[in-house]
Amino acid sequence: MSSQPSPADQQRRLHGWGRTAPSVAEVVTPRDPEEVAAAVLGAGPRGVIARGLGRSYGDPAQNAGGRVVDMTRLARIHSIDAASGLVDVDAGVSLDTLMRAALPFGLWLPVLPGTRQVTIGGAIGADIHGKAHHVVGSFGNHVESLVLVTADGAVRELTPDGPESELFWATVGGMGLTGIVVRARLKLHHVETAYFLVDTDQIDNLDDLMDRQTRDDEKYAESVSWFDAVTTGPHFGRGILTRANHASLSELPEKLRDKPLKFDAPQLLTVPDVFPPGMLNKLTGRIFSELWYRKSPTKHGVVQNITQFLHPLDIIGEWNRGYGPHGFLQYQFVVPPSRGDVVRTVLERVTAAGKVSALNVLKRFGEGNRAPLSFPRPGWTLCLDIPVGRGLGELCDELDAIVLDAGGRHYLAKESRTSAEAIRRGYPRLDEWRKVRAAVDPEGVFASDMSRRLELV
Amino acid sequence: MIDAVGNPQSILLLGGTSEIGLAVVEAFASDRPMRVVLAARPSPRLDAARARLEGRGCTVETVEFDATDLASHTDVVQKSFAGGDVDVAVVAFGLLGDNEQAWTDAAHAVELAQVNYTAAVSVGVLVADRMKEQGHGSLVALSSVAGERARRSNFVYGSTKAGLDAFYSGLTEALRPHGVVVTVVRPGFVHTKMTEGMKAAPLSTTPEAVAEVVADAVRTRKELVWAPAPLRFVMSALRHVPRPIFRRLPI
Repeated sequence: MSSQPSPADQQRRLHGWGRTAPSVAEVVTPRDPEEVAAAVLGAGPRGVIARGLGRSYGDPAQNAGGRVVDMTRLARIHSIDAASGLVDVDAGVSLDTLMRAALPFGLWLPVLPGTRQVTIGGAIGADIHGKAHHVVGSFGNHVESLVLVTADGAVRELTPDGPESELFWATVGGMGLTGIVVRARLKLHHVETAYFLVDTDQIDNLDDLMDRQTRDDEKYAESVSWFDAVTTGPHFGRGILTRANHASLSELPEKLRDKPLKFDAPQLLTVPDVFPPGMLNKLTGRIFSELWYRKSPTKHGVVQNITQFLHPLDIIGEWNRGYGPHGFLQYQFVVPPSRGDVVRTVLERVTAAGKVSALNVLKRFGEGNRAPLSFPRPGWTLCLDIPVGRGLGELCDELDAIVLDAGGRHYLAKESRTSAEAIRRGYPRLDEWRKVRAAVDPEGVFASDMSRRLELV
Repeated sequence: MIDAVGNPQSILLLGGTSEIGLAVVEAFASDRPMRVVLAARPSPRLDAARARLEGRGCTVETVEFDATDLASHTDVVQKSFAGGDVDVAVVAFGLLGDNEQAWTDAAHAVELAQVNYTAAVSVGVLVADRMKEQGHGSLVALSSVAGERARRSNFVYGSTKAGLDAFYSGLTEALRPHGVVVTVVRPGFVHTKMTEGMKAAPLSTTPEAVAEVVADAVRTRKELVWAPAPLRFVMSALRHVPRPIFRRLPI
């Protein structure tokens, strides 16, 4: 059985999407909740953690010297109720799979991050957010109930307002450290079509870009901006603001009306693992930024499919390989609404340090939820993609200080290098979360490289 | 854990008063303070090292360690790992000895062999075992270019380093599947207390410069490095120089 202790050949080297800091663990692949419970009960002294599709950038789904439970075999969609929008799914189902299954019923996942290659369990554990956060909040807001295997091997059903609601909210955003989510019921939204009506605005400097998002984001269900962090001078932070609403049937052009719920998400190519370090440098970064800016002139009311609007990178498989063998990191933080100035300061520091970030995403968050470790809170969230190289550690430590002094914090699903102190400062409710977690896992069975590195438990 | 940009949280220095070893610890500590375990014989130098690292914000533990007391090694390594995972372990102890005495006096030769080779192998096996259990870690061994080709002027020392070098190079392969990176470092002539008063060889370097090479190797998971880097090519050439010429070289 898959949860038996380790023959050597199950030892696998694991890393996150950023391809940094690998470690080796015994990987088991259970097929049902009973096998998950057995895998938890049979964990050795270095504990156990669940892993989904490995899209976290850092190390939350690694457990050096311990056990890692690969959840991707628990992948059944148990039911979809078209009328109520309720779906009942295993935790190993990916957002991609669920979307493909639910769309024909006119159902839409309200929270979609930058990739659909995320499991339901991972989406709950990181309490992920998407471009619709200012309207719909984060993933945990849409979970009606979840089934959690805890350290004692028990299988508990939790709801947001039920008797164990504290454990429910500690699990949302809890990075897998309260137990293993094996199943969940989610409430989806109704849509008439799978298309968006997109307004694109090319804006030639950062201040105007942020000003526009502050003014009329509420008119749109989805809103995000990409900007150029390479160009300096008066056009510093020039960017593309893309905002959209779901297209209704009558808004679709004639030829799309036949199949309004068609899921248009091709994968055209997979990047081979052959790139040397340094592919992203000042020159290629400048070219990329120029092309990206030019390809998106201001235009309103354009009909786009899900890949065009939400997930342009999903067209290319394993795109993280393009960064070469040293990997890269994503630096994502949120600061309060009044501290939008931090966005500019951070960008200026990055540029001054000679670092190149090609994928820069800026968004205004709406209200947060009740989960003590949930990342989103009202304010500005900025996400930078930087290849690992000399001096990056010092630069990021500097940025940490700026972000934390402004009352901000870091996103654990992207985090791969900060200090325990930075997380403690950024998440003032950490101790409250620890209490809930200590009650449900007194022996510390659930552990990950991240929990050791950031001293989360 | 070592993070995405190569910052460790803890480091174990075997040979806790080694100048190069302490420079390595400081190279990491200058980026971020960490937990340091110094394994060495008690001495004022050890106390001074401890105070200096604590001044940098590090938490320092000391473990009594005598390289020649092989029977105690199990206990030393056990104590060194008692405080939690060791992310980086540096095997930095060693004796230079007196070559003329060493090749004519068996006791002195054995002393060099014991400290530089036997003891290094002993702690290597024990640390490897703990890191295997951890599933991660970086183990650094300070070898020497003297081990790459024996020279008349220091071949006893060179032979011990050749043995250490071969052992840790093999350990690199053995530990790879377990998520542990072993790095063999081959410094040239380093200005330290050990080499005080000796005539410096070409491309001589300092403990701080060697430490930068080591820190960079750990961060980028390199398995074999020279300090300074150009020695790699110098030694590659020297290994192939015919003996009649080699023995006439002023090195």
